[in-house]
Amino acid sequence: MESQFPILQIMDCNGQIVSPMYKEKITEDIVKNFYKQLLRIRLFDRKAVSLQRQGRIGTYAPFEGQEAAQVGSALALEPADWMFPTYRDHGAAFVFGHSLRNILLFWNGRNEGCVPPSGKRIFPPGIPIATQIPHAVGAALGEKIKGSNHAAIAYFGDGATSEGDFHEGLNFASVIKAPVVFFNQNNQYAISVPIEKQMNTKTIAQKALAYDIPSVRLDGNDVFIVYFETLKALERARKGEGPTLIEAVTWRYGAHTTADDPSKYRDQIESNNRRVETDPLLRLERWLKNEGLYEENWIRQIESDANQEIELAIAEMEAFPKANPADIFDYVFAEPTWQINQQKEEYLRLIGGEDKCIRR
Amino acid sequence: MYTAIKTRTITLIQAITDALDTMMEEKSEVLLLGEDIGRNGGVFRATDGLLEKYGEDRVIDTPLSEAGFVGAGIGLSVNGFIPIIEIQFLGFIYPAYEQIMTHATRLRMRTMGHYTVPMVIRAPYGAGVRAPEIHCDSTEAIFTHMPGIKVVCPSSPYDAKGLLIAAIEDSDPVLFMEPMRCYRSIREEVPEGKYTVEIGRGKKLLEGDDVSIITWGAMVPIVLKAAKEMKEKGVQCDVIDLRTLYPIDYEIIADSVQKTGRTVIVHEAHATGGVGNDVLAIINETSFLFQKAPVERVTGFDVPVPYFGFEDHYLPSEARIIHAIKKVMSF
Repeated sequence: MESQFPILQIMDCNGQIVSPMYKEKITEDIVKNFYKQLLRIRLFDRKAVSLQRQGRIGTYAPFEGQEAAQVGSALALEPADWMFPTYRDHGAAFVFGHSLRNILLFWNGRNEGCVPPSGKRIFPPGIPIATQIPHAVGAALGEKIKGSNHAAIAYFGDGATSEGDFHEGLNFASVIKAPVVFFNQNNQYAISVPIEKQMNTKTIAQKALAYDIPSVRLDGNDVFIVYFETLKALERARKGEGPTLIEAVTWRYGAHTTADDPSKYRDQIESNNRRVETDPLLRLERWLKNEGLYEENWIRQIESDANQEIELAIAEMEAFPKANPADIFDYVFAEPTWQINQQKEEYLRLIGGEDKCIRR
Repeated sequence: MYTAIKTRTITLIQAITDALDTMMEEKSEVLLLGEDIGRNGGVFRATDGLLEKYGEDRVIDTPLSEAGFVGAGIGLSVNGFIPIIEIQFLGFIYPAYEQIMTHATRLRMRTMGHYTVPMVIRAPYGAGVRAPEIHCDSTEAIFTHMPGIKVVCPSSPYDAKGLLIAAIEDSDPVLFMEPMRCYRSIREEVPEGKYTVEIGRGKKLLEGDDVSIITWGAMVPIVLKAAKEMKEKGVQCDVIDLRTLYPIDYEIIADSVQKTGRTVIVHEAHATGGVGNDVLAIINETSFLFQKAPVERVTGFDVPVPYFGFEDHYLPSEARIIHAIKKVMSF
C-alpha cells in the first residue's frame, strides 16, 4: 500500500524544487509569504509554552514541527469556508483569521476563546477525538443544500482514525458527496502511542479506499505540497465532486501537551534530528539561500513584527475582564431554566452578588 | 366572530407526522435525518409521505451511523438548519451519546451563544409492545442529567403535535421521546395546522384530593386505569402527566402534593437515578411540611429491560400502582 500512496513533495528538505511542474509557481513572493506565516505561528507556539511554564495560561498543546501542515492547508481556504480544528490546530485557525487574543483566552480557560471573529466560520477546537469530523460533514452538507460553493475542512490526527466518528464521517460524506476536506496531520504519535500500535495499515491515505473517495499522502512539512493539494481537494469539493482525504505526514517536536514529558515514550534524539533535517521553516530558508534571496534583515523584521503582534495579544488576554460567574449560567439555554436560575441566584447571593464581579 | 378550528381524530404517530409536515411546510430550514425515514417513511411511518412532498435534500436517509448523523446534525445546525433526527429506537441512541453530551448540549455555552444547536432528536421508547431486545429502553434520565438539552415526553396525540412543534421552534436541543406503546392505541381530536404546547408544563389529567400520582409517557394510560379503579373504592387521585422531564414543572407538582399530602410517582425507567428522584427532590424542597406519608415510587426495576417474555413483570402494572396508592393512603 505504501507504494500506492507515495509521500508527495514539491520542495525537499534541502530547499530544492523536486516537482518541476511547480517550478514557476514557487516564486519569491509566495515563499516569503508562507515563511512569514510559518514563523508567526512558530513564535506564537513557543511563547505559549513559556506562558504555561510561567503559570500565565493553563495546559497548552504545542504544534511545533507541524507548522507547514497548518499554514499550507489554512491558506488554501476561501474566507467563507468552514474550519473544524482540534486543540492542536490553533496555528491553522490563526492563519485562517482567528483572533490571537481569543486563542490565548481559550488556553486560559475562558469560553470567550471559542468565539471566532465576526464572519469567520471557525468551530471551537474539537476536544473529544474525531468528534469534529461529522460536524464538518454536516456543515458541508448544509452548503451543498444551499447550493453555495463553500467547503469545509476537518482537522484530525493519526489517532483519530481509530475512532468511529472518523469512519462514520467519511462514509456519510462519501455517500452524500459533501464538499469537505478531511485533513489528517499524521504526527505519528497519539500522546505516547506510536502509529504502529494505533493501526496495522502503513498509511492513513489508504483508508479512503474503503469509502471510494480520493486521497493523497504528502510531506506535511512541505508547505507547498500541502497548500496545492488542499487547494485541489477544495476545488473538487466546490465542483460537487465530494470529499477528499489528505494525509500530511509530519512530526511534533515536543510534548502532546505541557502536561507530559515525551522523553518518557520516545527518544527525543529523533525530534532533534528532525529539527535540523526536515524542518518546515529551514527548508524555505534553504530555498531562499539557494536563490540568493535570503536577507537576514528581512527575517529579523518579520520576526520582530510577529513578536509585537503576539505581545499585544498577550497583553489583551491578560487585561481581559475577570471571569463573570453569571456567564456559566446564562449560556446553557437561550432562556435559563428555573433550575439554572435558582442555582445562579443562590450562588451569586452566597458570594455577594454579581455586582462584585467585574462585568465585561 | 367565532371561527371553528378544523380538527382531525388521529393517533399519536399521525400527530407526529402532522407536526413534521406543518413545520417543514412553514420553514425551509427544517430537515429530517435518520435511518429508513425516506422511501420507507420510518419504521413506525412517522415520516410517511414526507420524502415525496419535500424531496431528498430535506428527508435524508442516512447510513446506520447514529454518531455520524447526530454529529452532522450539529454541523447543519451551525450552518442555519433545524435538523430533526429520528433515532429508530431510544435503545440505539447510545453511539450518539458522545455527540449529544460533549457537543450538542455544550455548543451554546462553549461559544457564549455564537453557535447554537436547535436540533430535535426524536426517539420511540419503552416496553410493552413485545419488541425485540434493546428496542424497549426508557433511559430518559441519562439525558435529563445532561445540562443543555430539554427532554420532552408526550402521552397523547394533541400534546405530541403541540410539543413537537414547540421543540422544533426551540433554539436549543430537545430530546423528544415518543411512547411507542401509545403510537396507535389512543385517538384524539387534534387541530389542523400550527399550535404549540409549552415545553416545561405538566398537565392535570384527573382532579382528586386524596393522592397525587405523578407520571409521564407510556405509563399515563396505566395510571389512569388504576386511578379509575381507586375512585370506585372511594380514593380520589390527582393525576399529573409531566409531559416535560427537563425542565420539570415544579409548580404543578407542588400545587398537587400540597393539596393531597400523599404522592405516588410512576415511571417505566429504572428506579435508581430515575427522573422520579428529581420529582422527590422538588416535593422535598417545595412541600416537605405538607407530607402525610412517605412518597412511594413505582418504577421499572434496577435490571436491564428484559426480553419481552418477561416485560409484563418488569413494567409497572395497575396492581403495583394500586398497591402503592393503598400504602400511602394507609400510612
